[in-house]
Amino acid sequence: MNAALRNSSPGAPADSAPAVPAAMLRSSSPGAAADPTAATPGGVLPDAAGVVGAVVDPELPMLTLTELGVVRDVRQDGDEVVVTITPTYSGCPAMDSIRADIRAALLQAGYEQVDVRTVLAPAWTTDWISESGKRKLAAAGIVPPGPAPRRAAGPVPLTLTARATPADCPRCGHADTEVLAAFGATACRELRRCRACREPFERVKEI
Amino acid sequence: MAFDDAYRALTDHDDDARWAYGTGFADPFAGVPTELPAGVDPADLAAYCLMLGDDALIMSHRLQEWVTRAPELEDELALANIALDLLGQARLLLTRAGQAEGSGRDEDTMAFRREAAEFRHVCLAERADADFAHLVARLLVLSTWRLAAFDRLTASRDPMLAAVAAKGIKEITYHRDYAAQWVVRLGDGTELSHARMAAAAEAIAAPAGELFRPHEVEIRLAAAGVAVDPSTLRAEFDAVLGQVLTAATLDPHIFDTEMYAPADCGAAATMPPGPGAPGGRPPSGRDGEHTAALHDILTEMQSLARAVPGGAW
Repeated sequence: MNAALRNSSPGAPADSAPAVPAAMLRSSSPGAAADPTAATPGGVLPDAAGVVGAVVDPELPMLTLTELGVVRDVRQDGDEVVVTITPTYSGCPAMDSIRADIRAALLQAGYEQVDVRTVLAPAWTTDWISESGKRKLAAAGIVPPGPAPRRAAGPVPLTLTARATPADCPRCGHADTEVLAAFGATACRELRRCRACREPFERVKEI
Repeated sequence: MAFDDAYRALTDHDDDARWAYGTGFADPFAGVPTELPAGVDPADLAAYCLMLGDDALIMSHRLQEWVTRAPELEDELALANIALDLLGQARLLLTRAGQAEGSGRDEDTMAFRREAAEFRHVCLAERADADFAHLVARLLVLSTWRLAAFDRLTASRDPMLAAVAAKGIKEITYHRDYAAQWVVRLGDGTELSHARMAAAAEAIAAPAGELFRPHEVEIRLAAAGVAVDPSTLRAEFDAVLGQVLTAATLDPHIFDTEMYAPADCGAAATMPPGPGAPGGRPPSGRDGEHTAALHDILTEMQSLARAVPGGAW
């Protein structure tokens, strides 16, 4: 990724917006067959929330950023669109990429003034993954998270033995599964194994 | 488009736009309001953000050193995940420090262009690990302290610190669980693993005391409702450590010592001396006083950034 492209994307003034590279446009609109994000011929801009709602997450590309709960708000003020996003984890390396994807999708749809803002509070929780998002995770073989733990008053409790969160095997449906590792390929996933069919699978952890 | 393989979507472009996220991180706070809380010395806020940010940055670097050397592949992933969380926290806190001091120094300048004496982490973060038991002991101590501190910082008058803390708590909770479970597994394991876990806990008990010795900046900012006086974290820390050490069949009072001297960090082989401390008290890592271990870390961590200023890929 070249630095010039990266640096010019987030927060650059609209009138100096660079040409959007083709690769970014492709990645921002995977459902190109019935593309709701394309500018309409009559000059009427498509609904900004709909455009942003079609942008997918770079690490879980079966989900849109809206389904993942990363997009917190899309506001349209005349020609300007203000999108508010929040990171899933503090170390999420994809935030700049996400900002650039949202910006590129809106520019492609014909918007000229785009402002993508970050909020850190309230902190992201897996409870914000939508029902359709959870269905898509399950369809991709990733067990969706259950409700995030509710913390009682007092110090954060220590967990000395691995939690026995139930999860049915997404391949054979068997309930007898075990955690292989609490840390998976991304921060949000754990690695599990089905004791019946012996196949490994992933589950999104509740936070 | 079907996503049978999540990794294909990361790599099926004909350029390198998705191959990795690169180094072009611009600003982790893009679009976040940056006002400072009223009635607070910006220099104090900057110093405090560096203390919390440098603890995370330097410990993250030490964790990364274990990748490819961990006992199991699952632990490689765990250590890399924890290191990434801490690096994320460091980015936010170093950026906030630059905002507070009004210098225009961004996160990269903070991480890659500061000299050793400008780093504000405790010496426990920079300490080299003699073995895996030392690593999990340090991670247990640092994450237990950090979790207790962040829990209180959610009420900070600095909205950025409060937000970073609220987000960080979720992450540090499982960092601490991971470390505690390993301490129990080794302590309550074989004769050999028990002996090495006990030796590691004893070796870091005295340096751990530095975490609870309040620095003047912490005291002033705690009075202003922005920071936490670390001496108030002792009871929660002792309760958690007691629980873990008991389960690990180790002496639950190893960390009760209040003793701390810079020499405990191995300062015999010290760096060029730091800026010293106010009031004649012995200087600590929070003042910029560090050991030769930090020199080793910075040599590796900063070499590329110093050799290729402004380089990105």
